[in-house]
Amino acid sequence: MTLGDLRPGEKAKVVSIGTTGAMRQRILDMGVTPNVQVQLIKIAPLGDPVEITVRGYQLSLRKSEASLIVVEK
Amino acid sequence: MPYTIALAGNPNSGKTTVFNTLTGSRQHVGNWPGVTVDKKEGVYRKDRQMNIVDLPGTYSLSPYSAEEVIAHDFIVKQRPDCVIDIIDGTSLERNLYLALQIMETGVPTVLGINMMDEVALRNDHIDFKRLEAEFGVEVVPLEARSGKGIDALMEAVKRTIEGNRLPKRLAVYDLATKVDEDTLADKRYSCITEVVQASVRHGSKTGPAHISITDRIDRVLTHKIWALPAFAFIMYFMFAATFSENFLFVKGLPSPGIALASLVETLWGSLTDVVSTLLSSAGAADWAYSLIISGIMEGLGAVLGFLPLILVLYVLMSFLEDSGYMARVAFVMDRLFRKFGLSGRSFIPLLMGFGCSVPAIMATRTLDNEKDRRITTLLCGFMPCGAKLTIFIMFVSTFFSSGNKTLVLFFIYMLSLSVSVVVSLLINKIAYKGETSNFLMELPQYRLPTLRSVGIHGYEKVKGFIQKAGTVILAATILIWALSNFNFSSFNGNNQRQYGTPLAPIESSFLASVGKAVAPIFIPAGFGEWRPTVGIATGWIAKEMVVVTLAQLYAEDINETYLAQYFADASPDELSEYGFEDGIYDSEAASDIYTEAVLMTGGDAHGLPTLKEDIPTRQAALAYMAFNLLCMPCFAAVGAMRRELKSWRRTFGQVGIQMLTAYIVAVAIHMLGNLLF
Repeated sequence: MTLGDLRPGEKAKVVSIGTTGAMRQRILDMGVTPNVQVQLIKIAPLGDPVEITVRGYQLSLRKSEASLIVVEK
Repeated sequence: MPYTIALAGNPNSGKTTVFNTLTGSRQHVGNWPGVTVDKKEGVYRKDRQMNIVDLPGTYSLSPYSAEEVIAHDFIVKQRPDCVIDIIDGTSLERNLYLALQIMETGVPTVLGINMMDEVALRNDHIDFKRLEAEFGVEVVPLEARSGKGIDALMEAVKRTIEGNRLPKRLAVYDLATKVDEDTLADKRYSCITEVVQASVRHGSKTGPAHISITDRIDRVLTHKIWALPAFAFIMYFMFAATFSENFLFVKGLPSPGIALASLVETLWGSLTDVVSTLLSSAGAADWAYSLIISGIMEGLGAVLGFLPLILVLYVLMSFLEDSGYMARVAFVMDRLFRKFGLSGRSFIPLLMGFGCSVPAIMATRTLDNEKDRRITTLLCGFMPCGAKLTIFIMFVSTFFSSGNKTLVLFFIYMLSLSVSVVVSLLINKIAYKGETSNFLMELPQYRLPTLRSVGIHGYEKVKGFIQKAGTVILAATILIWALSNFNFSSFNGNNQRQYGTPLAPIESSFLASVGKAVAPIFIPAGFGEWRPTVGIATGWIAKEMVVVTLAQLYAEDINETYLAQYFADASPDELSEYGFEDGIYDSEAASDIYTEAVLMTGGDAHGLPTLKEDIPTRQAALAYMAFNLLCMPCFAAVGAMRRELKSWRRTFGQVGIQMLTAYIVAVAIHMLGNLLF
């Protein structure tokens, strides 16, 4: 499953990042690296983007970006 | 020998506050070559030998975004004597990632751990000695908002430079070229996690005080249902505080922006009167009088009149930015605006464009992506600002007196929005080839901004506008003044003999000749006559000038008999309401009053019959309105574009797109209108 499949409140562990280049680097730089714990906090009022907690701070990312991040519960 | 010190840090780490505290008012804002990113420099208040360069806020030094490339190149290629990295103590792990990359380059580094007051609130304990030992650099606690720790920070910088202290080489630094990006990021973060675990003791409190405040605010501001009404309310307040004449729904109560603007206008008006009296009594030649009053004073007045609006809007915007709400605006609006190829943050500049394009364009600075910034700047010129409204109102009442006036105005507003969407999508497709900006963005904690930082932002913005836009506005205003007041006979003495002055009447001026030469271009749009064409050109001084110029050019329609007849039935009370002194009709003032109080407010459905001959149909009138809506905005806005785009080439490029769009849309309206009606 991917980060985009989580429901608000659910926690998961990142397995891998399914993209390359600038987007991959950006995701990694923001601290979303393999093995890190993430929690989906909420979905924006219009249904996109989503807010997650990672490494003790709040990060927002689009669903299209979240669906690139493979996670396991 | 002077030292160069680079200031680095994540966005929202308090870096800007540190920079402002270090340099006070001794700042210089320039730009990094090739991009629209501000380059701020200044000297340290307490030691003029220390020159501080504020690097753009970034999360890493990976060379992908323009900001990251700038920060990376400055540190690696310019090799500053020392880098200060400002770190948000409440989010150590992510902030240390940038620190690790900076220290990896081997430049002398000092870490400033900011937000120590919030760290204390959470009952967290950071072991600074341990951090220093781990990284081999000085680590200083800071509370930038109150200025605590700033002196200690600079002493640490001095010790670091003088002792030539270099960061310790960690094993992870050697991996950079040996492993793939995943492993590298992972190793860097693992290294940080180890250090943080060894040097930070988390408070016993569950649910730290500050997080819960942010959570509680976000329960409303990013709530499924309440987010949008809350957003609408905040936006309305911002717009009203800048532009409203009936602030907070109190009739006649001007908003801070309008109150200040009318104060400036009144003061400038009185000064103009004084100068005018002085010039007359000194016996100045009338071309000199006209140059000073209608050229220079008018141009300077145009610059000054915008300052209050820019100041008020920018103070409010930096309040939203510093408080952390701006990130939520993007979070809430992103989905809608991404469809149009823009970012959620574009909403604010575009909304402000309905009031005035100048502060709107200045507001594009808060967009964090180069592409979005450029496109939003372009679109601001398409917005129906308050000054353009005078043109629409005059035309609607003159040409559509029997039709549905509201519907025509509504059409103009819809036209502005749909043209913006189409142009934005086209530019995304053509110039940026569907390149999507990523949206990974921190949602920072809510913090109450300090008065000082909000004040500095407002002041910087006003100063930047005067410096970068002021000369453009003044020069362009004088140019149009010269074109509309001179012709060849001004220089061979013919005017002097005929009128007793070198000045030419506008209908035989250079501007009129140019208008006559250019006018045929507008035949497909239905208004290919020279007078409407000249109206468009003077509209670039300020859009309400279109109405003033048309009144001047069609003066035969507003002759004394017509005016006397028009005002004949008005009672003394009504006359004073129009602006006649003591309610007594005055034939000398009548023409100006008619222009301002009648034409601009749409009071005379039968006015300007000759204009109706030049613009013979309703579809042509609509095309003329559309052209004025979409073509180059006033010179003040072009000056603001130049200031934000930081290049003449890009500014002219955008003006070109605006002119082309205006022409295509005007012709399309006229032709489709002819087909349909």
